[in-house]
Amino acid sequence: MQAQNIHIRNGRLVDPKSGVDRQADVFVADGLVQAIGAAPTGFVADRVIDAAGRVVCPGLVDLSARLSSLDSELVAAVAGGVTALACPPDTRPPLDEPELVERLVRRSEAIGLAHVYPIGALTQQLAGEKLSEMVGLSRAGCIAFSQATKPIFDTQVLLRAMQYAANFGYAIRLQPQDHYLARDGVAHDGEVASRLGLSGIPVCAETLAISTALHLAAETGVRLHLSKLSSAAGVALVREARNSGVKVSCDVAIHHLHLSETDIGYFDSHARFDPPLRTSSDREALRAAVAEGLAVVCSDHTPVDEDGKQLPFGEALPGAIGLELLLPLVLKWAEEARVPLSAALARVTCDPAAVLGIEAGSISVGQRADICIFDPQEPWRVTTETLRSKGKNTPCMGWEMTGRVCATLVSGRVVFEL
Amino acid sequence: MHNPQLNANGELNHLLSIDGLPRDVLTHILDTASSFLEVSDRDVKKVPLLRGKSVFNLFFENSTRTRTTFEIAAKRLSADVINLDVARSSTAKGETLLDTVDNLVSMHADMFVVRHASSGAPYLIAEHLRRTGRDDVHVVNAGDGRHAHPTQGLLDMFTIRHFKKDFSNLTVAIVGDILHSRVARSDMHALGALGAAEVRAVGPQTLLPTAIERMGVHVFKDLREGIRGCDVVIMLRLQNERMNGALLPSAGEYFKCYGLTPEILALAKEDAIVMHPGPMNRGVEIDSAVADGPQAVILSQVTFGIAVRMAVMSILAGN
Repeated sequence: MQAQNIHIRNGRLVDPKSGVDRQADVFVADGLVQAIGAAPTGFVADRVIDAAGRVVCPGLVDLSARLSSLDSELVAAVAGGVTALACPPDTRPPLDEPELVERLVRRSEAIGLAHVYPIGALTQQLAGEKLSEMVGLSRAGCIAFSQATKPIFDTQVLLRAMQYAANFGYAIRLQPQDHYLARDGVAHDGEVASRLGLSGIPVCAETLAISTALHLAAETGVRLHLSKLSSAAGVALVREARNSGVKVSCDVAIHHLHLSETDIGYFDSHARFDPPLRTSSDREALRAAVAEGLAVVCSDHTPVDEDGKQLPFGEALPGAIGLELLLPLVLKWAEEARVPLSAALARVTCDPAAVLGIEAGSISVGQRADICIFDPQEPWRVTTETLRSKGKNTPCMGWEMTGRVCATLVSGRVVFEL
Repeated sequence: MHNPQLNANGELNHLLSIDGLPRDVLTHILDTASSFLEVSDRDVKKVPLLRGKSVFNLFFENSTRTRTTFEIAAKRLSADVINLDVARSSTAKGETLLDTVDNLVSMHADMFVVRHASSGAPYLIAEHLRRTGRDDVHVVNAGDGRHAHPTQGLLDMFTIRHFKKDFSNLTVAIVGDILHSRVARSDMHALGALGAAEVRAVGPQTLLPTAIERMGVHVFKDLREGIRGCDVVIMLRLQNERMNGALLPSAGEYFKCYGLTPEILALAKEDAIVMHPGPMNRGVEIDSAVADGPQAVILSQVTFGIAVRMAVMSILAGN
């Protein structure tokens, strides 16, 4: 597919980074945004996209999406308006060798849909014992390092890993959960788990790990990002650290903004998440953290086949797909929490781009033309047919959504159209 | 949310948990069980209510006792009973839980009695039967993980009603390892639904579930305080693997603090009854003098258990 001269006209341009929210045309050529408002001199459009009644915004940037099958999941990404995504290192095998990372980058470039930014394994095999070759991994394309959901038992290893990463200016991402306190746990340690006889994961599993990570980050000066916070107490710790000057960022997975422990219902394995869904007051605190800009939002896209979910709750695999639900679920939250559209979109565009340290998440002249065009009013229903991801595992099956992606541009090419 | 135990007419289609069942459903089961009590005293201990029906005992976790009582109950109802030792057969060969179920449905099963180590497994089976249009096959939960053991809960209620007649003035203490106990959870729900005046959860904090008070019980960390003035004391079994570790230092210390001795029992009402779901650990949670004493009704529980299971199976088959 050749890059075309594209004129996106009559749309409502919302670019959170520059604060633009007005009717404006966008002109794309050579893969870049050439002009906003008036056409550049001599611009001849090969293609005009009428975006009347639609929102034209930066392509979404997703901090965490698992790509079990690269082809299908990158199609799902652009169908959800996601044009850049970071994928965690808990692939099989884990992303702990430069060759694996290079292959992933090469294959995703060849597919030519969403841009893929690998996150390298912080330790070899994610075993939490020996440091991975971070420099080699970085040169191969890794933009940060993490353990995904795997623990580092030995805090000295964690300290060394942070020191080493800090030495080269690499960012580290941790999903804060104390392994021992969370051991065998499958749900929030509270009323619902007690009633259903499920082993609980207490909030202190999260706060203890956050405290440890914050202390070590302060000690080492590493750029720390905490992923998938689940509790009000966890959010409070991060807020406090930020207020006292610690450089730390964090995110919340989209389902945690909408669901709580009660959604487990009668052992619905689609409501099994890692970290677990907690109480409704935890959910409110997560919503507040996102609203104030303390936390960004990720899809935590995790395709699981039916065999992995058709099991008793505690044996089922955690996670849900999210790439195609990220935008509508963010819009739903914004509507319910009365957050302005631009601020809501910031949490899935320029804010996560800043966390990743990549040039993405905004529409500005001279920048890569990664653009999402969506109809903010269009209703649609989540069904196995409307989802392109190979995984159909979602607690939102059957939900009525408002807001649907109409077209997605990646590097100036239309890669998705409804 | 639709209660997966009930059919479109609000009748019991599966017995998965006591949680969410209305009082009249419970009372109906207990009344039906009363009518079956005398069957066990007959020379010919059989009624033809389940003649021609196939009941599959599907035990993914070993339990000879519970399985046997279900088998006896089904046979007294004239059902054909098939015992599957799933723990050692299909699943050990890698077959999934639902594949096993599908196979047995194809063998024309009418009812599954399911015991599984994972909380919620019988719900998964019931939901699968609904999705595959086989709602006519009934599921009885014979114990799932820590979640529920509804027939044990019902037989406990039958026993209490037998000895105490009315629930409304009763104070009931449930003592011991409530954290890991499906019996405790089923008893709490049943006592709540039947209107017991006070339900107490007695045990060390390491063996109490988080937010247990939200299930409508009063928590007592001290056994003496918990037993004082009770009408009914339900002792729970302490599993061997819990005795030495991070939950408790030793069986000996547990007995010192939470074992039911005649001296402690004397704090309860004079006519208090003592129950235990079995099998008992004498000298761990209960002193032999209490277990064999005049206030213990533990063997009555076993007898009533068969009548209660007959009642559950006949009601499900009739709906």
